[in-house]
Amino acid sequence: MSAVPANPTAPEPEKRWRMLWREFAENRRAVAALVVCGLLLAAALLSPLIAPQNPYDLTVIDMFDSRMPPGSVNPDGFHYWLGTDGQGRDMLSAMLYGLRLSLMVGVVSGVLAIAFGVSLGLVAAYWGGFVDALIMRVVDFMLGFPTIMVALILLAVLGQGVDKVIFALVMVQWAYFARAVRGTALIERGKEYVDAAVSLGFSRPRIVFGHILPNCLPPIIVIGTMQIAHAISTEATLSFLGLGLPITEPSLGLLIANGFAYLLSGQYWISVYPGLLLLVTIFSINVVGDRLRDVLNPRLQK
Amino acid sequence: MLVFIIRRLLQSMLVLLAVSIVVFVGLYAVGDPVDILLPDDANQSERQAAIRSLGLDKPLITQYGIFLGKAVQGDLGTSFVFNIPSIELILSRMPATLELALCAMVIAVLIGIPLGLWAGLKPGSAADEVITTGSILGFSLPGFWQGLMLIMIFSVWLGWLPSNGRGTTGTIFGIETSFATWDGLRHLLLPAINLALFKLAMMIRLTRAGVRETMPLDFVKFARAKGVSEPRIVLVHVLKNILVPIVTVIGMELGSLIAFSTVTETIFAWPGMGKLIIDSINKLDRPVVVAYLLVVTMMFILINLVVDLLYATLDPRVRLKGVSE
Repeated sequence: MSAVPANPTAPEPEKRWRMLWREFAENRRAVAALVVCGLLLAAALLSPLIAPQNPYDLTVIDMFDSRMPPGSVNPDGFHYWLGTDGQGRDMLSAMLYGLRLSLMVGVVSGVLAIAFGVSLGLVAAYWGGFVDALIMRVVDFMLGFPTIMVALILLAVLGQGVDKVIFALVMVQWAYFARAVRGTALIERGKEYVDAAVSLGFSRPRIVFGHILPNCLPPIIVIGTMQIAHAISTEATLSFLGLGLPITEPSLGLLIANGFAYLLSGQYWISVYPGLLLLVTIFSINVVGDRLRDVLNPRLQK
Repeated sequence: MLVFIIRRLLQSMLVLLAVSIVVFVGLYAVGDPVDILLPDDANQSERQAAIRSLGLDKPLITQYGIFLGKAVQGDLGTSFVFNIPSIELILSRMPATLELALCAMVIAVLIGIPLGLWAGLKPGSAADEVITTGSILGFSLPGFWQGLMLIMIFSVWLGWLPSNGRGTTGTIFGIETSFATWDGLRHLLLPAINLALFKLAMMIRLTRAGVRETMPLDFVKFARAKGVSEPRIVLVHVLKNILVPIVTVIGMELGSLIAFSTVTETIFAWPGMGKLIIDSINKLDRPVVVAYLLVVTMMFILINLVVDLLYATLDPRVRLKGVSE
């Protein structure tokens, strides 16, 4: 029996993050996925600058160029690298703008759902009693129904629009965060540092958000990553079903839906390319999230 | 046990009531079904007559009261579009959806669990890498796009399988099903695979994670020390332990399969409940939408109840609330 190292304190925060990064980077697939995520984000943010054409500008779109296969060149010498859609829009440009919209909807709804769900989860864990019971009943109720179903009902009632889609996505996602955070926060609450903070007379909000919250971050990060991917996919599905974003704001899901009609006649590119972009986006976010889960999961640590 | 079931069923009544209010009031705010139902050249008096015959002229609370009164007697209203009782319409579409969901679940379990076991027993190996990456891919594929790709490859390019409808159905034990005929099976294959892929990926991940967390536990070492053969340890002792979360997920996901089948049914023109709800939302056929949601809510409640009961049977450590006292 060797002596236990006499160092009960956790490593410095900065060092801890560096250690996590080193462990994360052990998996090359995850690092590659992270790079792809960064590139996609950059492409989405810069889409108005890098897209060859503004797909919303009706003056540059020519109906005679509709449904041209990838690699076509129009009489003006404009290259349609990925072909054109049913309205003669350059697919590549439409996809970049669509990606921007899809990512925006996914990230915004994810962040709002985190803020809402985490707050409720912390409140439930710290206040306990009736408040806890009430919040967790609602969480159980929400989680009892599949995301797509709830979103479908909400949008059937609310109608189309970016704000409505984001609202519906927040409504279907917050419960996951609330449940995860409540579980972690309950464990943290029983620890000594919380007792110390209480005995020092700190206010409840300060203890909950300043002391307990930072220690609940790992599950929030993992679930948050996965949920953003899920939100992007759900938005695309809803738009495909005609219940998400309006025609005037073509996200990737809507671009794919537009191509559905042409798919059966062999004009594959209108559906295939936006779908591939959607797949790469969701896939790389999921790979990163998967690795984060492995790195941050205390049950798998050696 | 009985107390538990009764309490849960009473809770379910409240949930159903809440869902019905939310949906009824919500749908009331959207569009005017009369516009869609009447021909364009209908005059004002025809309009008024239609509004009156549909009961749309009464205040919202009265409409809900009438709806609730009839609902208790099993009458959920008549479809505006098909002009038959909406509950009848939904029940007539239900077998097609259940058949699809069940078939998808069987595919997911039969392929997913073995692959998950394989990956979990050899973490870090090439097989694990391929299976895990594949499962993340399956997780990431948007269901509707994957359906389009299946149609493009197997129907348009290769021409092997039909892309829409249910094909010829036959009857087995008095139930109309696609299992009965070769043509029906051919029609079933693509939609079932499309619906199954996501769940398949989920099964792989669950099983793999379960195996990885169970293998280092003491009882496995003990069994090994006792000389139990490795296949027996994995297939009996480990599998039994990871079955609890898997069964829960199978149960819960059966509900979600029914919900997700809306997407698959829309793409493959499969005449089930999911296609019905999308069509009904688009046509503002309120009675059908309300009835569908109530029926589906009821199904979820029942499924969740069965899962909880199964859970307690599989794992004696789980005590049901209301049973312990």
